[in-house]
Amino acid sequence: MKTVPLVDLAKTIRSKNAGVDKITFDIIFRERAAFDLVRKSGVVSKTAVARLLSIPQTRITDYVEFEPALAIKFTILRLLTSGSPGDGDIFGSQQYGPLLGVEVPVPG
Amino acid sequence: MTESAAGHRANKGLRIVCPNGHLGFAPLKTASFRLGLDVAPDLVCADSGSNDIGPVPLGSDGTASPLAWQTHDLEEMLLGARRLGVPMIIGSAGDTGANSRVDLFVGIIQELARKHKLAPFKLGYFYSEVDKERVRRAITSGDAVQGLDGRPDLTLAELDATDRIVGMAGVHPFIKLLDGGADVIIGGRSSDCAIFAAPAIRAGYPEALAYFYGKILECASFCAEPYGGKESVLGEITHDDIKVTAMFPGQRCTVASVAAHAMYERSNPFFEHFVGGHIDMGRCVYEQFDERTTRVTGPSYVPASEFRVKLEGSGKLGERYVGMVGIRDPYTIANVDAVIAWARAQAEERFGPPGLGSGPRSGQGYQLTYTVYGRDGIMGEMEPLRKTPGHELCVVVQGVAPTKAMAEELCMIGTRQMFYARLPNVRGTAGGVAFVLDEVLPASPAYRWTVNHTLRMTGPLELFPTHLIDVGA
Repeated sequence: MKTVPLVDLAKTIRSKNAGVDKITFDIIFRERAAFDLVRKSGVVSKTAVARLLSIPQTRITDYVEFEPALAIKFTILRLLTSGSPGDGDIFGSQQYGPLLGVEVPVPG
Repeated sequence: MTESAAGHRANKGLRIVCPNGHLGFAPLKTASFRLGLDVAPDLVCADSGSNDIGPVPLGSDGTASPLAWQTHDLEEMLLGARRLGVPMIIGSAGDTGANSRVDLFVGIIQELARKHKLAPFKLGYFYSEVDKERVRRAITSGDAVQGLDGRPDLTLAELDATDRIVGMAGVHPFIKLLDGGADVIIGGRSSDCAIFAAPAIRAGYPEALAYFYGKILECASFCAEPYGGKESVLGEITHDDIKVTAMFPGQRCTVASVAAHAMYERSNPFFEHFVGGHIDMGRCVYEQFDERTTRVTGPSYVPASEFRVKLEGSGKLGERYVGMVGIRDPYTIANVDAVIAWARAQAEERFGPPGLGSGPRSGQGYQLTYTVYGRDGIMGEMEPLRKTPGHELCVVVQGVAPTKAMAEELCMIGTRQMFYARLPNVRGTAGGVAFVLDEVLPASPAYRWTVNHTLRMTGPLELFPTHLIDVGA
């Protein structure tokens, strides 16, 4: 089946601290069709993102599909609290990179 | 301007202009703020803090923002608010909301009043620092200081490892100061939404809408599109809805941008907690009201059974130096972990095993960290591509130790010994890494977030003493 990378379907793909112990990820779409296509495909399901980031699902504290914003959102626990020595991303703002290339199956 | 929430209408609600989402961190854009002032809002309000900046500013009682930028924004807001004769409210002064930051902002306001010869006004302020002894009493009396985000309840050991704690104020100290006639309020650490919710609740608007109003306005133009920070937005609350309008002509508040902001930097888009309760945003309805305005209805307010306050605390780990090396040899890149292990072993030979468990506070222990850019420097073990590093690497070395002298030597060993790493098959025998600087650099001391917990208060004002002074000629 033909696939397209998530970056071509989503308007916004971002990560950011949610407090000092968590990082939250947002995948936001412009059109409902793309939102529905991606969420039904399962390529960024809880299981899929856990596999993508090599983390146990227990580190994912929240996973929601937020209709008003046409968004998929999930939040993970940090292993290293924000800004502790060795933390490479104090704001948690550059953790979304691998999501961009996730291949989404498209019809036709 | 077309007929919009920004226009004058007969039946207007309470209108607030917010020019900046983290006042001082980067300067507000004056043109759109002045457009906001032209609408003659009822207040100008901004949040000035964040824990995004890491634990160093709170722990060291410092700041992440230049004084010039803080002064710039306070000057714009103060002059605008005084000219209109409306209150100005700042929360979480100076990044951390620590007492010294409140005093700093109070001083800036007084100085600006002198500079511009402003007519007399009342300046209210409150502190948010929490005495460690108050927290200790709670722990020892069995009133658990509950962990957030999966943390265990606070222990006396973690409390002892903490240098400074602030509590996250709700609307209550702001309302008390407004009741006292404050024209300008400088708040210690506060919930972002409380800064805006306080005047709305005081004016009689429903809590549910008032807190949501604050949630939407607190980051200024982050709730608008296209993306662009530090531009002003105008909010209006009525008894039935809230509306938010972008003031920068190139931006709009759309259903998509406002709904997306409702979930920004939070674990989930449904709940916002603060002293005294939380709001449930799960049934919010977003509508495009006009070209640049979005209207929201439907949040609900859930009062809490007790007044629990969120505490943020930071504790010092030690003094810190930073070193950097580059690597180009593909064999060395493939074996960078062995290079790091070699350097760690040399540090251990000199200083013994690492570990800050007992920590620098006991005068022992150290920590040596390696961040390997080009492989997994940003994402660490979550990096899917860590097995295929780039053709060159940069390794950042941090040495943390009880004294500056030891931190410098530790970091120097941890950096320079990478040069001497003994890899069995390396062809280059004249130095294993490249130096951009043949030195290590002093950095801020290392801290960590020791406290991310909640404490039961006797009342919503217990930890937030308020003060009211006269300023001006």
